[in-house]
Amino acid sequence: MNEQTGTPGTNRMTYREACRQAIRHALIDDSRTFLMGEDVGLYGGCYAVSKGLLQEFGPGRIRDTPLAEAAFVGAGIGAAMAGMRPIVEIMTCNFSLLALDQIMNNAATIPHMSGGQFAVPLVIRMATGGGRQLAAQHSHSLEGWFAHIPGLKVLVPGTIEDARFMLKAALADPNPVLIFEHIVLYNEEGELDPEVEEVDIAKARVRRPGSDVSILTYGNSLPKSLEAAEELAKEGMEAEVVDLRVLRPLDNATIFDSVSRTRRCVIVDEGWKSGSISAEIAARLAEDVFFELDAPIRRVCSREVPVPYAAHMEEAALPQVGQIVEAARGLVGAR
Amino acid sequence: MSDKPHLGREHGQHLYRQMLRIRHFEAKCAELYQAQKIRGFLHLYDGEEAVAVGIMETLEDRDSVVATYRDHGHALARGLPMGPLMAEMYGKVEGCARGRGGSMHFFDRERRFFGGNAIVGGGLPLALGIAMADKEFETGGLAACFFGEGAAGEGEFHESMNLAQLWELPVLFVCENNLYAMGMPLELAEAETEISRKAAAYRMAGEAVDGMNPVAVESAARRAVEAIRAGNGPYFLECRTYRFRPHSMFDAQLYRTRDEIEVWKERDPIPRTLAWLQENAMITPDELAAIEAEVEAEIEDAVAFAENGTWEDVADLEKFVLMDEVQA
Repeated sequence: MNEQTGTPGTNRMTYREACRQAIRHALIDDSRTFLMGEDVGLYGGCYAVSKGLLQEFGPGRIRDTPLAEAAFVGAGIGAAMAGMRPIVEIMTCNFSLLALDQIMNNAATIPHMSGGQFAVPLVIRMATGGGRQLAAQHSHSLEGWFAHIPGLKVLVPGTIEDARFMLKAALADPNPVLIFEHIVLYNEEGELDPEVEEVDIAKARVRRPGSDVSILTYGNSLPKSLEAAEELAKEGMEAEVVDLRVLRPLDNATIFDSVSRTRRCVIVDEGWKSGSISAEIAARLAEDVFFELDAPIRRVCSREVPVPYAAHMEEAALPQVGQIVEAARGLVGAR
Repeated sequence: MSDKPHLGREHGQHLYRQMLRIRHFEAKCAELYQAQKIRGFLHLYDGEEAVAVGIMETLEDRDSVVATYRDHGHALARGLPMGPLMAEMYGKVEGCARGRGGSMHFFDRERRFFGGNAIVGGGLPLALGIAMADKEFETGGLAACFFGEGAAGEGEFHESMNLAQLWELPVLFVCENNLYAMGMPLELAEAETEISRKAAAYRMAGEAVDGMNPVAVESAARRAVEAIRAGNGPYFLECRTYRFRPHSMFDAQLYRTRDEIEVWKERDPIPRTLAWLQENAMITPDELAAIEAEVEAEIEDAVAFAENGTWEDVADLEKFVLMDEVQA
């Protein structure tokens, strides 16, 4: 395989291709790294992310597993504890629930519970989110759930650049890192800056500067928020869009800085509102920058229903551009 | 003992000493629990000592151990020093997990002791991964994974059995079948009560062995380890054993009779091993007295070590939630 599956002669590629190149380079860079999961080899990945890698690296490093999430995620944890640097793919985050015991009771606890004797340098990638009419059992957004758990790092690449480079940083991290790749983003195309060869996995990033309102978001809600910001600009309102990128640990500094400047805030989160990462962020803002706010904090989240199949119903269940625009608009004039 | 393999004097005494260390250490633990020096859950291994002792005799430094929450015997037989184990139960920072884990979660990186796991079945997948690393790095090591028969009800057990055999991983599965999953009798929990047949269903080599006899366990484990080191993939040992004490310190034992316990106590591996050593003139009264004195002294030292230990600084509460580096 080469790296020319994007537009030849440019750095233009899809999010999927960026994920694929990230894995490919990780395998080239470190012989301790391997990819393990359901249909990652012969099938080429449920979302075609690992297509061609089996042919290039062989079955020892691209390991097709049986449908046994607890066993292969746990095996990834054990292998990491014993010196390897595994990348475990859980086909979608919906199936991560079958491995929740391993992730929460082992990966997240053992470093602390062993008094710092055993690190778990493991990366778990999984697809997340709705928007493809896959119905309730294939449309969950569980990144906010996992962000509840001490001992884990939770990454949500919302750009091609993050899809391409977050994995490298995650593998270099001594902790279990979960990467949530949004299913709708896989087909997104973008240009990679040839100067950029790595990204941090610590900071949120301002994707669009603005002075009137901060839109805090991540994942597939990032492009929606950027689109909303363009709409708002037509009305003379400059929205600052902050890509959270890392849901655990949250980058309070960037979030607080943005909101303190714009004094208004909309949080956009594909998770359900109750007990969500948006709730956590809203609470932190209320605790720490309450007196900087000129208006109440607003949230645009998924409706509290299992995501339905029918297109119009699914659309109504997930955060949409119009709702973000409306939420931000409602804050203008509030002083 | 039913089968009498050739067993040297020194080795026979060693097996006895190892079991006695566990039994007496735990008797002290129970006492210290009553005295409220030890808190939380305390699961004692009384009656099952022959399993850990027999298995560990066959392991080498390069091998790894994944234990259960009933891990005192595993840890002592593996060679974890007694002082830090007792300190761990006291919750002292000198404990083998800085007092973070307690009785159920002994860890020792140096001795490749990957922790007592308190989720039934939760340790099996870890053993697979450790074995994958052994294979990849060609260490020649294997992962010995302990679990009770209750684990056979868990999906993680079945997933792990299949994957281990499918990938021919060097894992020694040790099922400590003590007939009760906490209070759930085996025959009420499993449609197939012959646990070793479950291994056969995954085409895994395995056998059932008398878990009340350290020599029988050791010989079976030698066969198992030899097969695993020869590259034949995993091996399953069902050790049929019994726990004399309650499941934990909070168990009225409504699910079994005193008579049943007494019947099993007749097979107690410790007096039986001693009787066998004596019958075969493999231990003198002086040697026996010396072993007992050594064990008592070791326990006394461990208690003193724990008593003299210190409490971890509360400022370190969040230390190691996230690690700064991976140890070499």
